[in-house]
Amino acid sequence: MAVTDIRQSNPTSSRLRETLRQMRKNWSAYVFIAPGLIHFAIFTVFAVSFAFYISFHEWNIIQPDKPFVGLDNYLRLFDDPRFLRAVTNTFTFMAGIPLGLASGLSVALLLNTKVRGQAIYRTLFYIPVVTPLVVSSIIWKWVYQGDYGLLNYYLLKLGIIDQKIVWLADPDLALPALIIMMIWGGTGSTMVIYLAGLQSIPEEMYDAAKVDGANALQRLLYITIPLLKPTTFFLLVTSVIGTFQIFTEVYIMTNGGPLNRTTTIGYYLYTKAFRELDMGYATAMAFALFAMIFVFTLLQWKYARGDVEY
Amino acid sequence: MAITRTEKTVSKPISTPAVRPIKWKDVLGKAIVYVLLTTGAIIFIAPWAWMVSASFQPIGQIFNWPPNWIPEIFTLSNYTRFLAAEGFFRWILNSGFLAVVVLCVQMFFNSMAAYTFAKRKFPGRDGLFLMMLGTLMIPGQLFLIPNYMILLRSPLFGGNNILGQGGHGMLDSYWGIIIPYAFSVWSVFFMRQYMKGIPDDLLDAARMDGASEFLIYWKVVMPLCGPVLAAQAIFTFTFVWNDFFWPLIVISDPDLRTLQLGLALFVIKNRTVWDIVFAGSVISTLPVLLVFIFFQKYFIRGIALTGMK
Repeated sequence: MAVTDIRQSNPTSSRLRETLRQMRKNWSAYVFIAPGLIHFAIFTVFAVSFAFYISFHEWNIIQPDKPFVGLDNYLRLFDDPRFLRAVTNTFTFMAGIPLGLASGLSVALLLNTKVRGQAIYRTLFYIPVVTPLVVSSIIWKWVYQGDYGLLNYYLLKLGIIDQKIVWLADPDLALPALIIMMIWGGTGSTMVIYLAGLQSIPEEMYDAAKVDGANALQRLLYITIPLLKPTTFFLLVTSVIGTFQIFTEVYIMTNGGPLNRTTTIGYYLYTKAFRELDMGYATAMAFALFAMIFVFTLLQWKYARGDVEY
Repeated sequence: MAITRTEKTVSKPISTPAVRPIKWKDVLGKAIVYVLLTTGAIIFIAPWAWMVSASFQPIGQIFNWPPNWIPEIFTLSNYTRFLAAEGFFRWILNSGFLAVVVLCVQMFFNSMAAYTFAKRKFPGRDGLFLMMLGTLMIPGQLFLIPNYMILLRSPLFGGNNILGQGGHGMLDSYWGIIIPYAFSVWSVFFMRQYMKGIPDDLLDAARMDGASEFLIYWKVVMPLCGPVLAAQAIFTFTFVWNDFFWPLIVISDPDLRTLQLGLALFVIKNRTVWDIVFAGSVISTLPVLLVFIFFQKYFIRGIALTGMK
């Protein structure tokens, strides 16, 4: 009796009772999200917590004992030349992002001029995007091949180079070669997203500018590009996140070489975890990767986000 | 908005003269646009077109210099040899099976969760949803090792006892790919955005008629979600078919490889059999290419949907 009296007089517990009543009434909602929620609890929440735990231990997966090493795994990152090399390489890969955006935007702008056969052009530019990465890597391995590769043939023919280059074996050229391949693979999706952005710009804006005597270049610089800022922001954030995680191309085409010059963080992490079985260290690296992505996204959010009103 | 509207009505009569003469500047502009687009498209499709062409050439011809864009000797033997080579036929079936199963499982669980988050009110809804969205920024690499361990230690799978010890768990089985991919927060998010646009009146009417929540979801909401379901289905199918990283981690039994995994390991092991490799590349691109060409409308809309966010 005394207990129920307190409950009735206490506002917190009456709210709790109301919540419980609501939960009972909407029981089926919980049944509906149960599969997803259980999956999320195991493969996301538990997984991240477990990863955090592993990152403070030394562990090779085969032996059951995993000695606690404190922050050692994290500190090791700072004196690991291969890791630092991988970070440098990953940031170098990011040089390709503005080029990729420019390439996608150019195609979108050209397609948006009401050309005939838009669907055909769009399909042609988009085919590299749906091509499996494994296949793209195979194709480009051939393109960059030294003796028979397509690139060497056409560059020699055009007189741009005077001897065959083994692109993927040259420490200075392998990474730029991969960047070009990635631009090829990404332009299609950038183009489609920019096209959607372009189509959401009201026609009246251009009409008004024409009345004011703005030429095509001015309309591009002062209307189109500023109004596409939210689209560019979205593409920038997703491209940066994607670049941090490059793996397949490197695995198939260069194995991280020559001289570790194409080793990305994603590739090095895989090597550490599944070739050298250094699980604790690899997990610490994954958290470092997460921290970098987080900081980068935050910075972009702060400085590059486009708030557009029209 | 109001301002631009008035500007439109004002500007239209000024900017469009009654009879418009042909301007040579416009024609030239159009020509330049077509030249640029066509050159770009040729450069973009060239490496890919070469793969297709080479897949029909005997190996000696593939190594020709200058490259043969049109096969001098046309042969299908690369394809027959590819299909006869160790495991490839099985790997095609594996990939198809996995892509279809993951697609069905995901569509079901994702759409149920999306419907619930979009249309039901219940304690904890917003908190749970935000928590899920908050994890989207976590890179896949962070889940790599813990999820590998979860699969390895799954109780009662792959010879494991009830405590998850003794066997290989879900690793090296279809489960190891299906279960981790059974649910996707991304796709729940996009389906939810779409479902929010469905008027509540429709659902309330069904409720008045005594329809159960499952019936409302299945018979009222789902039939209205065609476009978003199609877009998601195409994405999921393409993603699973093209996936390389997760099968590389999970699968070690050669019989269970997916086509992408099998092809990649084949290329790395046999560096010179480009004829078979190109035929295999074409075959492994074909399903996603066909899906793309036939469902392009949904595909593009799906991209625009994700891109606009």
